[in-house]
Amino acid sequence: MAYPRQPRFSRRQVVRGLMATTAFGVVTKFGTACSPGTDAGSAPGDSSAGGGEDLMVGFIYVGPKDDFGYNQAHAEGAAAMAANVAGIKIVEEASVPETTAVAETMRSMIEIDGAKVLFPTSFGYFDPYILELATEFPDVQFFHAGGLYQEGVHPDNVGSYFGYIDEAQYVAGVVAGATSKSGKLGFVAAKPIPQVLRNINAFTLGAKSVNPDITTQVIFTGEWAEPVKEAEATNSMADQGIDVVTCHVDSPKVVMETAEKRGIFSSGYHANQAPLAPEGYLTGAEWDWSSIYTRLGEEFLAGKTLMAGDIPHILRGGLADNFCKLSDYGPAVSEEAKAAADAAKDQLIKGELIIYPGGLKDNNGNVVVPEGEGYKQDNIELEKMDYLIEGVQGSIEG
Amino acid sequence: MATEALGWWGVPLGIIAGTLRGSAPFLFVSLGECLTEKSGKINLGLEGTLLMGAMSAYGVSFLTQDMVGSFWAPWLGVLVAGLSGMGLGAIHGWLSQQRRVNDVAVGIAMIIFGSGLAFFLGKPFIQPQASQLFTFNWGAWSSIPAVQSALKVSPLFLIGVAIAPLMQWFFRSTRWGLYVRAVGDSPDAALAMGISIFKVRFLSIMAGSFLAGIGGACLSLYFPGVWTERISSGQGLMAVALVIFARWNPIQCLWASLLFGGAQSIGPAFQSVGIDSYYYLFNAAPYILTLVIMVITCSPKRTLIGAPGALGKSD
Amino acid sequence: MAIAQAPNPSPVSWLQRWRQPLEAVALPVAALLSALILFGIFCAFSGANPFAVYGSIYKAAFGNWSAWQNTLIRASPLMLTALCTALPARLGLVIIGNEGALVMGGLAAVVAGLQLGTGLPAPLTQILMAIAALCGGGLWIMLAGALRHYRGVNETISSLLLNYIAIALMNHLVEGPMRDAEFVTKPSSAELDPGLWIGNLPGSRIHFGLIYGLIACLIAYVLIQRTTFGFAARTAGGNIRAARIAGLPVGKLTLAVCFLGGSCAGLAGMVEIAAVQKRLNASLVSNYGYAGILVAFVSRHNPLATVLVAILLGGILASGGILQRSHNLPDATVLVFQGIVFLCVLFSDSLYGRLPWFQEKAVS
Repeated sequence: MAYPRQPRFSRRQVVRGLMATTAFGVVTKFGTACSPGTDAGSAPGDSSAGGGEDLMVGFIYVGPKDDFGYNQAHAEGAAAMAANVAGIKIVEEASVPETTAVAETMRSMIEIDGAKVLFPTSFGYFDPYILELATEFPDVQFFHAGGLYQEGVHPDNVGSYFGYIDEAQYVAGVVAGATSKSGKLGFVAAKPIPQVLRNINAFTLGAKSVNPDITTQVIFTGEWAEPVKEAEATNSMADQGIDVVTCHVDSPKVVMETAEKRGIFSSGYHANQAPLAPEGYLTGAEWDWSSIYTRLGEEFLAGKTLMAGDIPHILRGGLADNFCKLSDYGPAVSEEAKAAADAAKDQLIKGELIIYPGGLKDNNGNVVVPEGEGYKQDNIELEKMDYLIEGVQGSIEG
Repeated sequence: MATEALGWWGVPLGIIAGTLRGSAPFLFVSLGECLTEKSGKINLGLEGTLLMGAMSAYGVSFLTQDMVGSFWAPWLGVLVAGLSGMGLGAIHGWLSQQRRVNDVAVGIAMIIFGSGLAFFLGKPFIQPQASQLFTFNWGAWSSIPAVQSALKVSPLFLIGVAIAPLMQWFFRSTRWGLYVRAVGDSPDAALAMGISIFKVRFLSIMAGSFLAGIGGACLSLYFPGVWTERISSGQGLMAVALVIFARWNPIQCLWASLLFGGAQSIGPAFQSVGIDSYYYLFNAAPYILTLVIMVITCSPKRTLIGAPGALGKSD
Repeated sequence: MAIAQAPNPSPVSWLQRWRQPLEAVALPVAALLSALILFGIFCAFSGANPFAVYGSIYKAAFGNWSAWQNTLIRASPLMLTALCTALPARLGLVIIGNEGALVMGGLAAVVAGLQLGTGLPAPLTQILMAIAALCGGGLWIMLAGALRHYRGVNETISSLLLNYIAIALMNHLVEGPMRDAEFVTKPSSAELDPGLWIGNLPGSRIHFGLIYGLIACLIAYVLIQRTTFGFAARTAGGNIRAARIAGLPVGKLTLAVCFLGGSCAGLAGMVEIAAVQKRLNASLVSNYGYAGILVAFVSRHNPLATVLVAILLGGILASGGILQRSHNLPDATVLVFQGIVFLCVLFSDSLYGRLPWFQEKAVS
């Protein structure tokens, strides 16, 4: 299959460009010399561009930072923070496993590179590694993606941030539900942890809001990145008459391409994968870390910290707060589907729509959300989700 | 659009389709390993070779598609994948034959080196799309999309299927095949025949690595058709087990590859019809199966039929 | 030799006597240097200044006490997993099931630790956990040994397959029967009671696993080099048929050596859980096993050399981060570096006894 290709910049070029911009920003800052809250002692040693004035921020990724998925989304956000906020320098390390290696990486970033803020981005970094290091370095701020910060239990200098990307998944589910002809959707998932289950359930609830009979078939591959199994899973879904697939794996590329080859629709995740599936791509739930990281970067420079309480320990937000966004609708999305999706999106942004209504049942018939109001997005119960809702075919027992 | 559900029929169909799609890399790597082991050396480093092949095939296909067109670019990629495999094979072939050097150890070092090199050079190719190899659409007669898709057969797979009997013939009926077997079975006799053990093994390992590199090209240019750092998920290592499973017989390598390729699709196929527990154990099915069959067929009284006599012995 | 020769006091002969032992040191060092040169060329091609890279590697791995701790933390599981290959190698067996044995050891230790809980005094429970880990890993590799001895199954392949099976079993258990639903970031078992954790050496962040590793290597060395058991194993490894004729119980030796090797890797699994992870999950599988195989081969299956090689690899791993952070090299660079180092060291082995300079000159 031949896809139209337009000339685009390679990532390296873009990153270099961003670096250059940063350097320029730093130089400008020097010229005007106007930084009141100079943080002495930061960035000793190898700092090449600026000197001791910049705030050093460390980013740690569990996989390669150009995986076209989870890690790349964070890395691009990090690059944006460095580019948009003059006075911030970033230091990055990729492919750091969830062992003592990440503790050592955090320590070297603090001790050798002089990092004052760390963003360890993998779920599994939180307990025990971040918690241990945070106790040892109380003046360094640790921001963890997805962790469950508990007031009073966890150190003061730990914060947890994550997007309610299930809002975007809900809207994507609306599009999928309105587009599917067979009434069967597919979800290729890595591991049955709450973040993943939440996306599966929100996607299904979105679809059910336009077509109550719709079902979602889940296939767990068991690993965050296992391309052959992901492709096989997509293929067997297509064999079963499923006509829209989405996924929650580290690199969605293979799912999108396989769906396109099989002539079924796909809904993206992590980043915009529309170029991979020009015909079948409906929409997708994308992270928007650039805006969040830029905002946090500005707060750091303004002297705000977790410890002082200027930055909330639990930082969450959905479509309204630009934590996540939706890919532009693909050519296969009908006008009605667009209208339904836009309406849902509007309601979510205004906070009028509750994704998890009271009396919601799981796929074994148990009521998982008590009758009444339903769970709002900030309800802590949602972050411990351990069920698949009615209409999802699958089981979380390994 | 697929509107009809196949239900339970989807399971056998899915497994057949998965077999046709997923067995090509196993086939090439196991044939390569078969040739290598017939000459009396083990090459565990084929995991690295596979990754290097996958990366270079994808990279070359991507870089040349504007110059030579989207039909020939992937074939150029396949060729380069083979050559890059040969390059790694040359290191292994030379180093593993030095005194006091164990071929298993070199193999593991080569896994690290090969995969490191592939990851290092492959960074720019993760995101872009490279032209894929064409497929024969043998399912055009059917109106069921699932069947149509299942019968999209890659020419590489067919080439692999053709190489298996060819290699069998090579071992049985050619002078060079005899050399390889002689070197692998009894190096002393080979030496007496005036054969250079070093050269024969070196060339066998290089040729085997060439095939393994093409196996990598199957992964990145056919199925699943992407380049990512997790593309191989241990298939190169499995090939070593597969060859023993196949008793160093190229034709049996073909059957074993089909079995292993099909086994990859068992887990997803069962989950898609609602059997959704134990997927880790389903996914481990090929390993358990190989072990069981090895236990049943091996015997302490004699060596395995077809086992090269010098295999695993240091010289 | 009736005529007593006067001792020759010239420095030349002093050098003569030291040439051969010198070879054992000079060759690996030369291999390391050439690996560094090759890697430097590689770095230069990718746009980094090789000398700055060398400096960073040294600083990050061995530059100060903190860097040393980083290196030692990474080295300690490797010492234990390496023994899983090194011990059976003395019997001529090539075992590569280290990862599986580590997982089974960790699994057994967690099961024991969770079952016993806080009912018994903590030190006793820890010992029982360690025994469970030793048995878990040991029996797993013993299975490969038994298949080898009784069924003639190639132990390299069977132990490789056992890796995958052990990992699948562990994943299945932590996502199913053993899963702790309260722990949200990844499917895991419940947490071990804090009383059962393995602490750090006083004044450092290195956990006691390092001591376990050092002791295990020392015991292995004594066992192989200084006991009749070790002698029997080495004899049998040299020539199985001769060993049988001499009446050595080859079967028992195979099982025992495989058990000991596997139990070391199993202990590594327990240490990794009790000192680092605190619960069982997929993070236990982080290539300590495969790295251990390489450490064993590079140290030529000598348990004391294993310690040094493990520290070397620990240092390389510790320097991986600085390559990314300070030199803008991609994450795969450290893999290339490891690969080059090990290929060079393996090659250097083949030069033993070949370089004329190191040979004792025939006394004329």
